[in-house]
Amino acid sequence: MTTLLDIADVSKLFPAAGGPGTWARIKRRFVGGPTNLPRVHAVDDVSFIIGKGETVGLVGESGCGKSTLVRALTRLIDVSDGTIKLGDRELARKTSRVFARDRDRARIQMVFQDAGESVNPRFTAFHAIADPLRRLRKLRGNALQERVATVARQCGLPVELLSRFPHQLSGGQRARVGIARAIAVEPELLVLDEPTAALDVSVQVVILQLLQRLKREFGMSYLFVSHDLSVVRLLCDRVLVMYLGKIVESGPAAEVFAHPLHPYTQALVAAVPRLHDDSGERLRLTGEPMSPIDPNPQVCRFYGRCPRGMDACTTAMPALQQFGERQVACHFAEEFLPRP
Amino acid sequence: MTAAAALSVEKLCLEFRTRSGIVRALDNVSFSVGKGETLALVGESGSGKSVTAYAVMGILDPAGRVSGGRAMLGGLDLLSASQRELAKVRGRKMAMIFQNPRTALNPIRQVGRQIADVLIRHGDVTRKGAPAAAVEMLRAVGITDPVRRAKTYRFEMSGGMCQRVMIAIALAAKPSLLIADEPTTGLDVTTQAVIMGLISDLAQKLGMATIFITHDLALAGQRAARIVVMHAGHVVETAPTRELFANPRHPYTAELIAATPDSATSLDALASIPGSLPDLRRADLPPCRYSERCPRKVDRCAQPLPAGAPDAVHTIACWNPVPERGMAAPKINAA
Repeated sequence: MTTLLDIADVSKLFPAAGGPGTWARIKRRFVGGPTNLPRVHAVDDVSFIIGKGETVGLVGESGCGKSTLVRALTRLIDVSDGTIKLGDRELARKTSRVFARDRDRARIQMVFQDAGESVNPRFTAFHAIADPLRRLRKLRGNALQERVATVARQCGLPVELLSRFPHQLSGGQRARVGIARAIAVEPELLVLDEPTAALDVSVQVVILQLLQRLKREFGMSYLFVSHDLSVVRLLCDRVLVMYLGKIVESGPAAEVFAHPLHPYTQALVAAVPRLHDDSGERLRLTGEPMSPIDPNPQVCRFYGRCPRGMDACTTAMPALQQFGERQVACHFAEEFLPRP
Repeated sequence: MTAAAALSVEKLCLEFRTRSGIVRALDNVSFSVGKGETLALVGESGSGKSVTAYAVMGILDPAGRVSGGRAMLGGLDLLSASQRELAKVRGRKMAMIFQNPRTALNPIRQVGRQIADVLIRHGDVTRKGAPAAAVEMLRAVGITDPVRRAKTYRFEMSGGMCQRVMIAIALAAKPSLLIADEPTTGLDVTTQAVIMGLISDLAQKLGMATIFITHDLALAGQRAARIVVMHAGHVVETAPTRELFANPRHPYTAELIAATPDSATSLDALASIPGSLPDLRRADLPPCRYSERCPRKVDRCAQPLPAGAPDAVHTIACWNPVPERGMAAPKINAA
């Protein structure tokens, strides 16, 4: 499989609230001084690859840095460190402001969480879909009309609905508008941020099936961000599990969910309610996650909530180890490996 | 079951007057919860789950009007009770956990004080002893360092912790009925498991009846002994959890189960439910509000829905239910 997106050692740090005040920060900027201000490690040294035509799932709890990572790789925010390569092109060094007008902007597009919130309420469905075409493809007039109608048809959105405003559309139709505007400019990588979180199960299925069909038709790659593991399992080839800014486990989706190796993934998989499942007792995580403000680089981020939590976990941060197609960042991963 | 029911809702009908007509939000909704039992109300958005809870709690929007039915809690009909009577019962005998813990908490009052307020009003706690009792409540819902946490505000806490505080507030006066309206929507699966476990542990300890409202059929199945499936303001099916999953009889329930990811191994195997909820303002609403989406529609569907026997274990509001699967199920009193 050829590589489409190659992300290496990406980090994103934010200045933490509760540190020195704004004035002190501005003064320090001009006068100079110690730069070791407290910082939130939202994304810490993350590397992965998305192949052409591949669907990669990104799961993790809220606050683990999923959204920051996604915003960094779609180049909506700038990274603190690391490289983002799309095909042969290095994107991390371009600021997000410059990249907004770049010729490659159209190659990465995003479908946001709730189309009811993310589509301009004063744009009709037509304008919402036409906007990226105007800006990135410079389409006007008849060509624009035709392209919007084609994309709407591909997404199963009746053309009569194009003159409606978001509040006049149902949840499923809004989701279709969100998808249509993202694929209008024919991206190679589509980043989907919980596209079905706001939908009922009956509609969710339709939207997921639409996404799968579009992928087959246009050969796009997907990065599918979700905390609903049962959805990720359905749609994704490979899955990345994130915890507090780090990727703790990755591998083929079916294998990761069948035999999770990292204790966090195990807790995550155990926590998913299943229809035909009567096992009453399940793994419950205790405690709250560690603070992401300057965490000790020698301590495993999961320490404190981890049911294992040995001494070794406080003296060395486990690195990602390779086991066949899978990667796990845990000192004890080998114990969980399925015996041959 | 009716004898020991903590709450029994009978033929509840509810309307909303809107500018564009009367929305018949609930129609003949009946169910009951036994003492110490956990019942789940399941349905898609717009099915009337939350509105049922609001009607029972007496916190309906002024535009809503109960047009018929009873809701008996102890010897009191909650639907005809005065506000003063309700105020005595709310908090003390029944309590509710709301959907979004962050917006349900008072943003400018320390969480310990919010719990103390309830304790002073409903519990047998003196004003002086209330702060300490509030800290104990926080400890009971598993908040670490409760002394410090009691002095914090809602914005300083994560969603999971806010929900724990909400639970502490709801359970402060040890009510006999708890209504949890989507208590874990917007929380992570790991947090969801913890919060749901906490609710069922405490419910068991206090012998409390719990009504658990959710759109997640799998979660309901995991936590509830019985499930009530709602669609467009109707109760379409009521059955013990296992029975419902093994043998869904109402076509809507069957489709809902088929649409929930997990039972299927591939995306193509998942079935979607065609159509959408009917417009509840229509004057010509069919007796069965699902009939227009239903694949098993027959001529008889135009007649009023079959009335199930009130003490039946498995009730189905359908003239042409899905045939039983496998072994013989408990006797069915509908159709």
